[in-house]
Amino acid sequence: MTTDTKSGSPAGRMRAVALAAGRGFVLALVTLPGAVVLFVLALLSITLVPFGIGAYTTPWLLTGVRMFADWRRVLAAEWCGVRIPSTYRPVPKRANPWARTYAMLRDPAVWRDLRWLQVDMTAGFVTALLAAVLVFYPLEGFVIAAGLWRPFAASGGYWYGFVHVTDQTSALLAGALAAALLALSPLAPRLLTAHFRLTRAVLGTTQGELAERVRVLTETRKDAVDTSAAELRRIERDLHDGAQARLVAMGMDLGTIEALMDKDPAKAKQLLAQARQSSVDALGELRDLVRGIHPPVLAERGLGDAVKALALRLPVATEVNVEPGERTDAPVESAAYFAVSEVLTNAVKHSGADRIWVDLHRRDGMLRISVTDNGKGGAVIAAGSGLAGVERRLGTFDGVLAVSSPAGGPTMVTMEIPCA
Amino acid sequence: MRVVLAEDLFLLRDGLVRLLEAHDFEIAAAVESGPELARALAELEPDVAVVDVRLPPTHTDEGLQCALTARRNRPGLPVLVLSQHVEQLYARELLADGTGGVGYLLKDRVFDAEQFVDAVRRVASGGTAMDPQVIQQLLSRRAADDRPLARLTPRELEVLELMAQGRSNAAIAGQLVVTERAIAKHTSNIFAKLDLEVSDDDNRRVLAVLAYLDQGR
Repeated sequence: MTTDTKSGSPAGRMRAVALAAGRGFVLALVTLPGAVVLFVLALLSITLVPFGIGAYTTPWLLTGVRMFADWRRVLAAEWCGVRIPSTYRPVPKRANPWARTYAMLRDPAVWRDLRWLQVDMTAGFVTALLAAVLVFYPLEGFVIAAGLWRPFAASGGYWYGFVHVTDQTSALLAGALAAALLALSPLAPRLLTAHFRLTRAVLGTTQGELAERVRVLTETRKDAVDTSAAELRRIERDLHDGAQARLVAMGMDLGTIEALMDKDPAKAKQLLAQARQSSVDALGELRDLVRGIHPPVLAERGLGDAVKALALRLPVATEVNVEPGERTDAPVESAAYFAVSEVLTNAVKHSGADRIWVDLHRRDGMLRISVTDNGKGGAVIAAGSGLAGVERRLGTFDGVLAVSSPAGGPTMVTMEIPCA
Repeated sequence: MRVVLAEDLFLLRDGLVRLLEAHDFEIAAAVESGPELARALAELEPDVAVVDVRLPPTHTDEGLQCALTARRNRPGLPVLVLSQHVEQLYARELLADGTGGVGYLLKDRVFDAEQFVDAVRRVASGGTAMDPQVIQQLLSRRAADDRPLARLTPRELEVLELMAQGRSNAAIAGQLVVTERAIAKHTSNIFAKLDLEVSDDDNRRVLAVLAYLDQGR
């Protein structure tokens, strides 16, 4: 991270500059085509809403835009420590396409996304590119000055910046310009930070949008209450049909055994075995139920070991990397655990991966978890899918979820939850 | 044989005391919390300890930690750990020192008094008693991508599963209703197919199999 190395040794500073340049290059490469394509498609799709087709494509495209923005949010926090809150309203789960389109288009965060795409393809692109150019362009200048100008001399010279290189003198002039540019290169990390600040200025909410924040909170709270009520209903049903029923059967068997003990000892013995099996089954069911409510390892060891224990139960080889640290609040740990569990289940079921990596660490009051698999990719946060459920659940804790899953893989799911 | 028992639920502790006494064990101490257990293990030098994973005052994995610490101080101290749930993670920690004398069972296993007492005796004499659920988890994980394991016949897999739980050839023969000679033959086939070193020592044999099943994870 640039903030870590800025005050370090010259070598560390150089690494930070090179890293910023590399990151700026990647950003510039992705933002321009990404933002242009998404913006044009989204605009087209919204225009087509009155004709019907748009109602089907719009939620899909706006989700794409949101993933693009969420990816940038994660990078902003990871690379430059710039936090950009995510304030989307939850998308109705089982609504028809029209209702979903309507709900999404009423969300100010969606319009902010679209505004941001325009800024991103212009000013965003330029700031990111500049960070890369300050480091890479001087290299070209040096190579020209060192003699690469010769092959170009015959065909009318070579333009390096504003210097027209035709002979050794002008080549040295180009070298001097390169040196001057290189002197400016320590600005690269700042340019990258500026890029993300710009992103925050457009994507982030302002004081005046506190009302919006309250709306989001109200909706995520409703989600949380709905989810936990549904959970309680499920638990009640499981207990009623499972352990409770088995205990009733066991009591009945024991009553019959009491009556049969003298008359038919052989039959009584057979019933005893049956009663014992019932108690084993009841315990097994209770164990599964408990694991679904609050996994015992989570209570005993905390999130890191709970995820390790979970990984050991998966049929796919999974490497878990946990940065040791103090334990997080129990509700956050629990939400994070179930989020990881769902993402892992998804990966095992759909990705076809044969290796999964989980990385878990806390930094700056944020719990950051990434789950990467080497599967076939193509994962999306579609309405009603497992990932959408994870997003909703994390929303209760102001957590965000970003998915990067190009066709052909790999898939990387990143989650961030405040845990200060 | 002197036993230190740690279990916080009165009914279960009482039941275990009666069960063990009925099978001629001497209960050196029956305690209900972590600190008491640590003291009893250090002072009473029992032949075997039967310990619940979760104990007061923290109600986390206090029992397991006590057992691991006691084994570090007195390597090979036989410990049988009981729990409402079994985790490969914990099994691995218990087996890590490779000295044996370790048991890890679901609490449900006490329902079958004979088998449970047999497990306590086995652990006390330096053997191993792993819960069938742990072994099944290990096997199902390995089966996905392990070629040597795929070469075993169904019968050999059955024998491997029982062997990994820590059963002796005689016990396996009894369970599968075949002769001990037949089991010995299966065992040497298994060791050859998995490319493991053959050992006459029952305990080393179990540890080798467990290490094989748990490797590379």
